This record gives sequence, C-alpha cells and structure tokens, in this order.
Amino acid sequence: MAGDATLAARGAGGAAQPGRLTWHVRLRNVEPVMLLWIALIGVLLFLVAFPLAKLFLVSFEDQRTGAFTLANYAFAYGRERYVNALINSLLLGLASATLAVILAVPMAWAVSRTDMPGKGMTWAAVLGAFILPPYLSAIGWILLAGPNAGFVNRFWRDLTGLARPLFDIFSFEGITLVIALNSFPLVFIFVKAALDLVSSEMEDAANILGAGTWTTMRRISIPLVLPAILGGFILVFLEAISLFGVPAILGIPARINVVTTQLWQFFEWPVRVEVAAAYAMPLLMVTAGLIAVQKLVLARKGFVSQTGKGGERRPIRLGPWRWVLFAWCAGVGLLAVAMPLFVLAQASFAKAWGRGLALDNLTLANYRLLLFEHEMAMQSVWNTVWFSAAAASIAVVLALLIAYIVNRRLVRFGDALAFVAMAPFVIPGIVMAIGFYAAYAAPPLALYGTAALIILAFAARFLPIAYANSAAAIRAVHPEMEEAARILGSGRLNAVRRITAPLVRKALLGGWLLVFIVASRELSAAIFLVGPRTRTMAVLLYDMSEAGNFEVLAAFGGILLAITMAFVGIGMKLLGRDFMLRRG
Amino acid sequence: MSVPRLVLNGLTKVYGRLTVVDAIDLALEEGEFVSLLGPSGCGKTTTLRMIAGFIPPDGGTIEIDGRVLSAPGSVLPPERRGMSMIFQSYAIWPNMTVAENVGFGLELRKLPRAEVRQRVGAILEVVRMGHLADRYPAELSGGQQQRVALARAIVVEPSVLLLDEPLSNLDANLREEMRFEIRRLHDAFRITTVYVTHDQAEAMATSDRIAVMNAGRIEQVDAPHRLYTRPRTRFVAGFIGRTNLIEARLADGEIVFGPVALAAARLATPPQGGDRAVLLSVRPQSMVLRAARPEEANGHAVLPAEVTRRVYLGETWDYLVRPRGAGIELRVSAPPNQVHEVGQTVWLTLDPGQVVVVD
Repeated sequence: MAGDATLAARGAGGAAQPGRLTWHVRLRNVEPVMLLWIALIGVLLFLVAFPLAKLFLVSFEDQRTGAFTLANYAFAYGRERYVNALINSLLLGLASATLAVILAVPMAWAVSRTDMPGKGMTWAAVLGAFILPPYLSAIGWILLAGPNAGFVNRFWRDLTGLARPLFDIFSFEGITLVIALNSFPLVFIFVKAALDLVSSEMEDAANILGAGTWTTMRRISIPLVLPAILGGFILVFLEAISLFGVPAILGIPARINVVTTQLWQFFEWPVRVEVAAAYAMPLLMVTAGLIAVQKLVLARKGFVSQTGKGGERRPIRLGPWRWVLFAWCAGVGLLAVAMPLFVLAQASFAKAWGRGLALDNLTLANYRLLLFEHEMAMQSVWNTVWFSAAAASIAVVLALLIAYIVNRRLVRFGDALAFVAMAPFVIPGIVMAIGFYAAYAAPPLALYGTAALIILAFAARFLPIAYANSAAAIRAVHPEMEEAARILGSGRLNAVRRITAPLVRKALLGGWLLVFIVASRELSAAIFLVGPRTRTMAVLLYDMSEAGNFEVLAAFGGILLAITMAFVGIGMKLLGRDFMLRRG
Repeated sequence: MSVPRLVLNGLTKVYGRLTVVDAIDLALEEGEFVSLLGPSGCGKTTTLRMIAGFIPPDGGTIEIDGRVLSAPGSVLPPERRGMSMIFQSYAIWPNMTVAENVGFGLELRKLPRAEVRQRVGAILEVVRMGHLADRYPAELSGGQQQRVALARAIVVEPSVLLLDEPLSNLDANLREEMRFEIRRLHDAFRITTVYVTHDQAEAMATSDRIAVMNAGRIEQVDAPHRLYTRPRTRFVAGFIGRTNLIEARLADGEIVFGPVALAAARLATPPQGGDRAVLLSVRPQSMVLRAARPEEANGHAVLPAEVTRRVYLGETWDYLVRPRGAGIELRVSAPPNQVHEVGQTVWLTLDPGQVVVVD
C-alpha cells in the first residue's frame, strides 16, 4: 500500500545517498507546520511586538516631524503635577495591596485550615468580588459613602447628629478601599492554594513542642506561605497602578491624579500620544520588573512546603474563635459584594435612589430607557458581546496553535513563541492600548474607531490567559495519543482533528469563556481605542458616570452583570464551579 | 535472495553533543520478532521512534522491503509507512469506544463499513475483548486497555509492528500473562515485530532474536539462549543473567588465571591469537561444588576453594567461594540439597566448555 511512498529508488546494491534526493521530494516531506510557524510569528509580531516597539519609538519622536527627540520625556516628567501622579500611583498600589492582604489572608487561612462555618458563603464572596467590575464597585460605593448623600454617611449623621461624614469615598482612602475590596480575591486564591499544600503534620510538629493554634499559625503556617502572600501582594499592586476606572470615577472629582488618569488627559484633544508613550514607560518597567520578582519568589519551591500529597490534613478546631473569623469573612463579603450590589440594584429600580426602598419609588423606567430608548445602550451591548466573542476566539485559536507547536516541539525556538504569547501579561492594559493606538490608529491601517482595533487589542491583551489555558490542555493530552493515530495512517492535521481536538474541547471552552468574561468588562484598554460607534458597555458606563444619572447607570450596570453572570453560569455548568478561580 | 523486511543501516541520532544512537545496523527477516533490550538511556526507544518516523535520523537509513523510508534530511512521515505501534501509555483514545479505537486504522484505509465491522469483531475475539466492544476506555482495566492496543495495532496488518515497553505499566502477574499473549499473537499472525524493553525475561519469552543495546550501540544480536551461553561482550555477559568475570591470560594455547590453566581449544568458542590478556565469563550455574575431591576430572578444572559467604534463596544456594591461590572470588549457584558451611573447604569443578571469552 505504501508503494507510492518510496522516497528514492535504491541504487543497485548501494546504500541510499541522501544527497541524491531531489528537491521536490524533500519539499513533499516538509511538514506544513513550518508554514504555520512562520504565519504565527507574523501574527504575534503584529499583535504584540509591533505595538510595543511603536510605543517605544513614538516616545522618542517629535509629533510633527518624527525626528528623534527627548522632549516628550522632558514634558512628561517636567511638571510637578505629572510627577505627583506617579507617586500617587505607587502609594495607591502599596496601600491597596496591603489592605487586600489584610483582608484576604485570614479568609484564606480560615477556609483552608479551620472548621470555620460558612465556607461556601466565603467562596461566594470571593467569586462575587472577582466578577464585579471595579468601576461598578466604585459606583456602588458612591451610593454608599458619597460624602453628602451616601447611605452610610446619612445613617451616621442621623445616628450621631454630627455634620462630618463618617467616610468620604472621594478620597485616596476611598480609592484604596474600593480597589482592595475588588482585588483581594487574587491574594485569597494564591494563599489558599499554598495553604492547601501545607500538611497538618507541619502544624502537629509545632503543637507537640508546645505551640498553641495562634502561635502555630503565626510562626509556621503563614511563614510557609509567605511567597504566595508576596505573590498576591505584587499582583494587587500591579492591578492598582494600572487600573483606570476606579481612580477616574472616584479620583477626578477629588482632584487626585494618578498615572492612568494622567494618561487619559494626555489623550484629550489635542492627543499627545508621544507624551503618553513616554509617560507610560515607568508603568511598563515597574510591571515587568515586579512580575519577574514574583516569578522568582514563587519559584523558590523549597520555601512553600510541597508535601501536600502524603500528609494528612485536618481542619484546626477553633472553638468560639471560629465565629470571629466568620464575622471577618462575612464583613468582607458585605463590603465587597453584598452592599454595593444591593444599593446598585435598589438604584436601578428607583425613581430617585436617595429616597431608598419605598413602594412609590419603584420603577422599571431606567431599564426601559436603556433597552428601548437610549441611542447607544443596546448598540454598546451588541458591541461588547461581539468584540469579546471575536477577541476570545482569536486569542484561543492563536493560543492553541502556539501551545501545540511549543508543547510538541515541532519547531526549534518554539519557546520564543511562547514567550511572546505570554508577554502581554506584563503589559498593563492601558499601555497596551496606547501601543495599539500609536501603531494602528493612524494611516496606513487607519483603524481608529473601527471594531477591528478593539478586537485585536483585546485579543492581544488576553492572549496570556488563553495561552496558559491552552498549554495546560495540550500538556494533558499525551503525545502518544496522536502518534497512535499517525502510525495507523492518519496525517498530523487529521490526527489533531480526530483525536486531540475532541480531548481538549472542554478546556478550550473554559479558556474562551474566561477571555470573554474579562474582555466584556474591560475598561482600561477599551477607553483609548473606542470611536463614537464602537463604544463598549464598560466605556459607555464610564461616560454615563460623568453625567451622574445614577439610576440609569445602576440599571446599565445591572445589564452588564446579567450578561457576565449568564456566561459565568454557563462556565460553571459545563466546567465546574471553580473554573474561574483555579490558580495557574 | 530475499530482501529483508526491515533494515537499519548505520542509523544515528545525535542530541547536542550526546550520540544517543550510534551507527546501528540491524536487519529483520519477514515475520521475525526482534527485541531491542538494554538499560534505560541506551537508545532503544529512540531507535524505535526513528523506525516509526517520529524522530528524523542524523545519519544512516531505514529501509523497508528495500525502499528507503528515512534518511537524513528526508523522512517519510509515520502515516505513510504502513506500520503500527503499541505505546507505553497504550494511547487508547478516551473519546472513542473500544470498537471505534480498533476500527480507526481500517477506516483510514477506506475499507467498506461492513468489512471494518467484521474485521474489528474478529480481532476483538482473538484478544478476548469481544464482549467489551462498546465500552469506553475509562471503563477498562490496564490489561484490557493493553489488549485493545494490541488489537488496534494488529488489525491493520502492518508491514512492521513496533512495541515500546508495552508491559511496563502492568503489575507483575499480568505482565507475565501478556508476554505469552504477545508471543501467541505473533505466532498466529507472523507480523514482523520490533519490541523495545528493559526486561530481559520479557525479551527472552517473546523474541526470535534479541539485540542488546548499550550506550547507543548494539552489543550483540542473537537468539535468547545463545545470548546467555555465548555472550560476546562484557556488557552482554553482565546484563543477561548473572556472571563471574575473570581476568586471565592467553598463552601457548592455554588460558591461565592463578593456579588454573584451561586448554583454549576446549572452550565453546576457542579464542584466536597468541599471548594476550583476556576476560572470561563463567555463569554461577556452570560450576559445581563438592565436599570431597571428585575421582574423575573429565577434562574439567578441579580446584580447592573456601566458602566465604552464602545466601539461601529458596530455589538455590548462592555461594561465594575463594579458589585457593587465585586471588579472586567466584559466585556459584547450587541446588538446595548441596549444603556447605562458611569457612569450609570445597572442591570446585569448572567446565571449559561453559567458559566464554568476552571483549
């Protein structure tokens, strides 16, 4: 049957000489994967490398002439106001990360190691905080702790008769609180995963030497997971300094300027993209540097005890103290999820949110306005869904192809592809957006205001999520599964289609949903790239927040959350309840 | 003159500075079952995967029925070789039933549906899996998955069947059973087979010939019993069974070590050449210990020795003895009824016909 498959006729009695193989015979045996590899390099250059390179170049270019200049840097760092914004960002990052660690570590310890009741509720709080977009959380907190009309402050004034508000959300502390309440799940997931690996025997060994529960936790359990805590701290820090929505909504009214809001101002007419590029450099450096530090910290496996498999694990009995921990977790859940959601829901069904829960205050007018009358609302819903779906599809397909040829070692230097695919992980979304603007907004591509620009930026920004997911899925399929098909006569593509694809389908769906969900709420990258007709829900929500109609704003937030929850629900149904919170 | 089914010609694979497979030559007749046997890292799996076409060679060629399949720079992809393979992990596709797994290769050969069904049914009966045809692999035990893998590989009637340590994931009892199963299937279908293993008992039970590999080279290719009785190299002598290696001198037609002199001509394979150092391999089972000096020597060497250690292993005694004046220790295997105490002097008989000179 393999008669036509002979490579070269064998000379009379002589050994075959490879030099005699003709070029077209060689070409016939070149696997098409090489062409794919070249195509992938092209796509990655377009999506990741070129925008970054352009960002870097533009920061040294004169706006009109394009000549080399350092003027952009001189301008960007020449004013006290701009330098202060940098300092504010760093302080905000430190404060938010510290607060997030304080909130999350006791929760992680309680859920992982103790007999605290209400662990399901704690999980729900973590998941809720993870899903709630930060800008919605900020709007919720304006309703709660706005200095004059916020419910908490009104209640406080009624209670005490004092004129001063209890807490003003339009402040540095307010921004810190909202970011921490929104990003503590990052710390929780890291620390809980590490604590899950600490065997009870580690603690028993301390107990038998005379250490009580408190001492053991303080001296043994927590130090063992210190790298995880530090890793979570760094992630929250980076999230805080690259976040746009919360500082914009809460900080601009309070005249608190941070890097991201300052970048936004450079994009107001006249657009100073080269100054923005220069000004974005520290953000890029800090992020890349800290991610490297985080990798180093977490790579020290000897520190995190890895004996999880064999060691027995028993929950620590806390006695009455378990109610203290329960109260802590419930409190965080209330502040992070329940209270903001409740006031948002109330406002979305209210004629005037300040009048609170009253029957004559109820109305569906806000939703009706958005669904049937608002000129942009439904357009933005549609934009969000299809931009996110397109970006998720591009990211997953690209990630799958790269993961496949890297994992199967089909080409040399495959690791370079993997590196580029993971690179956007260390690029703040806002920086990525400026890079895309600099590279593709203007002619020759002139993508400004098109859907393509946003879709491509989203695909690039969330490529690392898709890649991590695809790489894990491909790794789980033993290469022999495919080889078994090939040796029976199936070509590589057919083997992938018949064997590998069905085996990774579920995992890929998970990756797709994850990218879709984070893309559908993305604000930082979108706000620089949208045109009048390509606004997404997140961007429209931000624009509406400037107008201050909180009832309609809340209703629109409700629609956004409903869409997100629908996809989260699909994911949980198909892939298990923890599909969004799995670490790694 | 018939052309061999499979020929490896100076096959070589280099990873960086490490030569994993070093100019291997091997030829398999049609219907022959040959094992590649060696310790881990000896290059046997790399060789097998080069034959399959998963790894391109850096030197040499692979031919089937006289046609070149692999040469450096041009390698026929695995799917166009008409071979089949059984993998260490079985690689049974979990998304297909047993029957779909087995039928996959036939389907690719575009056989009519009815014939596929008939042949799948027949081969599943042969491997005694007919009653599980509609099960999914997750519901099968390791041994059953192994049988599915065998059926899937055999049903396409491959030109060459490749097996990569197929039994290493099974427990001991099942492994023994599957050895005979593999040989039984080979006797039934006579498919030319290359079998990779590190387990010599497995290779002995299944193979017509065994190629012993070490550090990327084939040390010796022979029938199982000849590998044991006529090892050609020090490595083969030590790797196949246990042995005593003795440094000796060949001089004037005699092999001399300590007080012992054996007539070189009486060895199973008489060594050629004159005066030089030689290495002897003597199996523990080929020597006899007696409490008293035997009457007749029959041309065997008889020498007094002292028992220095003994271990009782149930089926045999394992003695360590020191021949007087030789400065060496020999391991001797004896039946359970031949009891000698440590420190006792015994008479050791050595048959030159069972002594082999190795490189």
